[in-house]
Amino acid sequence: MAKLVAILATTHHPFFYKTSRLAPEEAPPFAAEWVRKVEAYRETLTRARPDVLVMVGSDHFHQLWLDNMPQFLVGKAPFYDANYYNEEREFGLPRLLLKGHEELSSYILREGIDREFDLAFSNELRVDHSITCPIITVRPQNDLPVVPIYTNIFAPPLPRPERFVKLGQTIREIIDAWPSDLRVAVIGTGHLSLELGGPRQFGAHGPDPEFDAKAVEWIANGDIDGCLANVTLDSLHAPGNATHGFMDFMLMMGIAGHRKADYADHLDLFHTMEAYFTWYPDGVEA
Amino acid sequence: MSKYLVNKFLFTVDRDPELVERYREDPAGTVAWWEQEQANLLLNCIAGEATTWLEFTDEERRALAGHDHVALFEMGAHPFLTLTLWIAMFERDHDEPLAMQLDYAHKLSHMSLPYPDITT
Repeated sequence: MAKLVAILATTHHPFFYKTSRLAPEEAPPFAAEWVRKVEAYRETLTRARPDVLVMVGSDHFHQLWLDNMPQFLVGKAPFYDANYYNEEREFGLPRLLLKGHEELSSYILREGIDREFDLAFSNELRVDHSITCPIITVRPQNDLPVVPIYTNIFAPPLPRPERFVKLGQTIREIIDAWPSDLRVAVIGTGHLSLELGGPRQFGAHGPDPEFDAKAVEWIANGDIDGCLANVTLDSLHAPGNATHGFMDFMLMMGIAGHRKADYADHLDLFHTMEAYFTWYPDGVEA
Repeated sequence: MSKYLVNKFLFTVDRDPELVERYREDPAGTVAWWEQEQANLLLNCIAGEATTWLEFTDEERRALAGHDHVALFEMGAHPFLTLTLWIAMFERDHDEPLAMQLDYAHKLSHMSLPYPDITT
């Protein structure tokens, strides 16, 4: 069977790429610490020596649109071009080409559908910064094949938080059962409290530091029950109007199961809090 | 109320560099042209298989033609689409980093929870 060697759940911050490449005299005061934390986090993936990456993210109205909006979608293609004109324009992100892993995509689709998730699929998917930000931060050599999984955290009606956790648990079962000798890592990105296009955007901190502190605790402790007891589709409006991206963290908690993260770190930035978690299901050296 | 169509306008303009500039320079003309020529195009179909019934309300047309991001927020346009396009059009007019985004937020400071529903 395949071995799930690492589970990484993190925020995705599209400005990291540009910020990390600024000369020291041009860089903002928080840049050096940010780069240091990202490099330390990268090591948590490197040491797991993965062969293939399952990547959970959410399209930001780039390819997926309201005329035909899937709730959960799995990419199945040999390659994925990445990043869009408006991400180059706004964030300075580079265009990338990721390799796909069609066999694992097919397996996840077949098994997911048979386990009662009617997953949509795409044979021609251009992924956006929800997938490429973690490539840039934790696998900048971009040398591994990927299976992108998109969730709808953006265009209501959305699936409920319980459904994200359940999908994570199902993905875990599927990877654990995959007849392969490959080492799989799952990397998922979401948000803590976040406001975009509303009155609380771009403040000195995330819009709701109290929510962020609780969220970091839930994730770090693998406290799925505590998280589910406090988070609903309606409640996620309060910390910030884009906070439904937290449900991608909940999906990742579902993959990790009820256990503490082996690595947990965070960084308070303007506008949003960055957070970095890694679990090693079978220990670090497995 | 055609929130979907307002979002479709923001979406199709934001992804096209020429349309971003055209909407910045001539908002009323761009909105009129877009509603006439583009609004009913199904994005994944050929032109002959367009939709036949989509149109803006007067209020929506006015908000888009007036670059009125506050009105768009109040009517439940998707805030990510509006913000992204506004950054593309207007960040260049501000000298300080984030000045445009903070001014944008300030103009929405009268809004309180729950925000207008963005469900389409």
